[in-house]
Amino acid sequence: MLLQYILKRILVMIPTLFVTSALIFTVINLPEGDYFETLAAEMQAQGEKADLSRIEFLKREYGFDKPPVERYFHWVAGLLQGDMGYSFEYQRPVRDIVGDRLFLTMLVSFVTIIFTWVVAFPIGIYSATHQYSWGDYGLTFLGLIGLAVPHFLLALVFMYFANVWFGTSIGGLVDPQYLNQPMSWAKFTSILEHLWIPVIIIGAGGTAGMIRAVRANLLDELQKQYYVTARAKGLPPGKALRKYPLRMSLNFFVSDIGDILPSIVSGAEIVAIVLSLQTTGPLLIRALQAQDMYLAGSFLMFLSFLTVIGVLVSDIALAILDPRIRLQGAATK
Amino acid sequence: MDILRISDLRIGFTVHGLAREVVKGVSLRVLAGKTVALVGESGSGKSVISQAIMGLLPRNGGVTGGEILFRDPASPEDWTDIARLPAEGREIRALRGGRIGMIFQEPMSSLSPVHTIGNQIEEALQLHRPVPHKQARAQIETMLGRVGFKDPVRAFGYYPFELSGGLRQRAMLAMALICQPALLIADEPTTALDVTIQAQVLDLMRDLQAEMGMAILLITHDLGVVANMADEVVVIYHGEITESGPVEDIFRRPRHPYLKALLKASPHFDMAEGERLVALREARPRPVVAPRQVLPDAAPLLSVRNLSKAYVTGSRKFFGKGTLAVVQAVDDVGFDIRRGECLGLVGESGCGKTTVSKIIMRAVTPDSGEIVFDDGEERVDITALEGEALRRFRPRVQMIFQDPVSSLSPRMTVQNILREPLVIHERGNAAEQSERVRALMEDVGLDPRFLNRYPHSFSGGQRQRIGIARALALDPELIICDEPVSALDVSVQAQILNLLKDLQAERGLTFLFISHNLAVVNYMADRIAVMANGRIVEIAPRHALFSRPVHPYTQALLKSVPFADLDRKLDFKLVAPGGASDSRHWQPEFREQPGGPALAHQPLGDGHYVLAQSGADLRELA
Repeated sequence: MLLQYILKRILVMIPTLFVTSALIFTVINLPEGDYFETLAAEMQAQGEKADLSRIEFLKREYGFDKPPVERYFHWVAGLLQGDMGYSFEYQRPVRDIVGDRLFLTMLVSFVTIIFTWVVAFPIGIYSATHQYSWGDYGLTFLGLIGLAVPHFLLALVFMYFANVWFGTSIGGLVDPQYLNQPMSWAKFTSILEHLWIPVIIIGAGGTAGMIRAVRANLLDELQKQYYVTARAKGLPPGKALRKYPLRMSLNFFVSDIGDILPSIVSGAEIVAIVLSLQTTGPLLIRALQAQDMYLAGSFLMFLSFLTVIGVLVSDIALAILDPRIRLQGAATK
Repeated sequence: MDILRISDLRIGFTVHGLAREVVKGVSLRVLAGKTVALVGESGSGKSVISQAIMGLLPRNGGVTGGEILFRDPASPEDWTDIARLPAEGREIRALRGGRIGMIFQEPMSSLSPVHTIGNQIEEALQLHRPVPHKQARAQIETMLGRVGFKDPVRAFGYYPFELSGGLRQRAMLAMALICQPALLIADEPTTALDVTIQAQVLDLMRDLQAEMGMAILLITHDLGVVANMADEVVVIYHGEITESGPVEDIFRRPRHPYLKALLKASPHFDMAEGERLVALREARPRPVVAPRQVLPDAAPLLSVRNLSKAYVTGSRKFFGKGTLAVVQAVDDVGFDIRRGECLGLVGESGCGKTTVSKIIMRAVTPDSGEIVFDDGEERVDITALEGEALRRFRPRVQMIFQDPVSSLSPRMTVQNILREPLVIHERGNAAEQSERVRALMEDVGLDPRFLNRYPHSFSGGQRQRIGIARALALDPELIICDEPVSALDVSVQAQILNLLKDLQAERGLTFLFISHNLAVVNYMADRIAVMANGRIVEIAPRHALFSRPVHPYTQALLKSVPFADLDRKLDFKLVAPGGASDSRHWQPEFREQPGGPALAHQPLGDGHYVLAQSGADLRELA
């Protein structure tokens, strides 16, 4: 039953990803010109003589003289075989450029999500069960500050104080000498040393939002009749809370996973630039500016894939959590 | 021996910093093995008392005086004062669920939707009488069988949403009784159920009480239920007890004016022609308008023919067909409503009566059938109207809804709510619309000064008046009333029913009155159609239906209504098991035979029709 449901969800992913890839391709091709024209214009502006024959050669080589539809299918076919294309800007395969950055991005995202949950959940539960108490007001205030301060500002503040107090530079996610090196113990510890700052900064806003959401959802569930029923059975308050309202408020939370994954990856770009993190965000921005089509396109595809995976994970988790979804095949909100 | 003794109990609530006493010195007692009914309107404090006994008062409420003494029949010497036990402490938790069980009004929401009922019942058992899982499961299955589950082994693994309302309430009963409590508190246990299901659940409660010897504190507003269940009655009004005593005394010799008024305010079957209900509190007087004579037309205002609508339910699977089921919500329904008449449509929940009303409103499209609206000048088929023609037709049929809370937008003032239909249909300019809105308020007995208020500042009865005013705004010819009083208290119900009757007489309105409450339909309707399983099984003038019901379903419905009369107690055992709409219990004349002729409406004279096989001898059944 559940297996069938999962299989069905995975099958549904395929057309979704196809439509996304077509959209991404179209959007990237929308602006006038392509990478080669940008290149030629830049070279001319710098007073260099553009090697027109070389540009013509490259255009043919990468199929830019062919109609867009053909190029699209060429790109998709490549993606399916794990070939993410070739970056013109860096003159290297996209896979090589993205390499470590992809891993680091996923690491930052993952740790940030965990951080958000670990902090937000207990605080949200406390706020809901102690509604209108000083603790509730205080934590709410802190949360609102976290929500209101822009990430990049927080990043600058952190960098300044880290420098003033500890005399260290906290930029980057890993010391540069380890970048694109195979994983080693030294590299791992270097990552850990750097990781906590971006995690706190990127997670701050999300945590605050999550606290509010947990609190609001739990408050709703605490009003429900089945919670009174549970207490009327003689359950101790803590156990009654965990088994019933908390479990129900998880629903909302799990259905949010699909949104969290991409938003943390893409929302972190500015912070990544400020902190010069070796994640994918800055790379993407540069690739879009330069119309480096394969780099940008493959990258956006990766983000979309993450989104779709996030939704899949949340759907499966929801089906496991809530028998109504599993057995009735209908979503409840 | 009394097991619960409440004396001079006072309970206060703090709302927006203001302390308010809602229970003012209440004293009552519950005898072991007996049923005490606590009767009162909503807001009288009856539910608050039950919460105090369980130690489950909301956070902003507390016991401010008096005591709640409970003694366990197992150790009759020890009195425990529940009011003094620490909240959420060990002692009160041992009583809750262990010695005092509780069931609630809403079987839909009082069970957790994401846990199986077996899981939820076992939790109660393991808390108070820990036993190994296997043994617990056997014990629970026995209990589930006892409360009426046909297949207790499978029922253990059901989720609440897989069960009907009646079965959920049975599961709640099983949960409350699994630890064999000395006292069961039942807070409006059957209010949300259909009459036939109500009779079954009440019957079950009586049987279990006889078997287990527990006492029941029954909290209700329904005097019919009280007359059939209670040994003693306590009447509460505004947090004070106005009358209490054995049920015989209370019903035969009511002394307090409140109880007398309450008895007069509820519609019953023995009302004389033209007798009016007496509301507890008269509402604001309305302008006097002379009744308008309605000349009977040759053709009915609305005639419905061969209406059918099927819904497909179940999950559509990606592979294979899945578990698709076709539910015939409305099956070949036909009836006429004459101008100026009130046609009652009764039936249990799920019988299709609301779908019929939605089809007439053109909110749902039928699979087949026609609905002809004939105002004497032109005949239109409502189902065929489209675009502008439909828009122009809309004002002529309006609707009054069941839930006065959710049917009014909380973000619009009453002025805006009442004006909206006039604006949509471009009736008059702004000044005329304002004038009209003020007149509507007067018509339904509300002060026009309230126009700038929002719906939340009105009581349930007043909100229903606003809903009525909105339905009247466009001068409709037909008004569909979908359970307009079932969410209201008895006293307010009388006011609203009287208002509807007056409006009908003054304006010559035509009503389609949908309800599951037979007494209310009896008070309002001229003719009554009874619906079961999507079909109209019997249609007759009011008197004929109540005096000579022919169809077994109608008979079962009428037999299940509890009377507030000690001389006419319910015959619980007559009610068919599995619900009255289960056609397998009907006599063969009323059942469709495989390969046999289709059922048709057989005339019994005087406009009395019953759905049966043609040629069946129905006279002896009548």
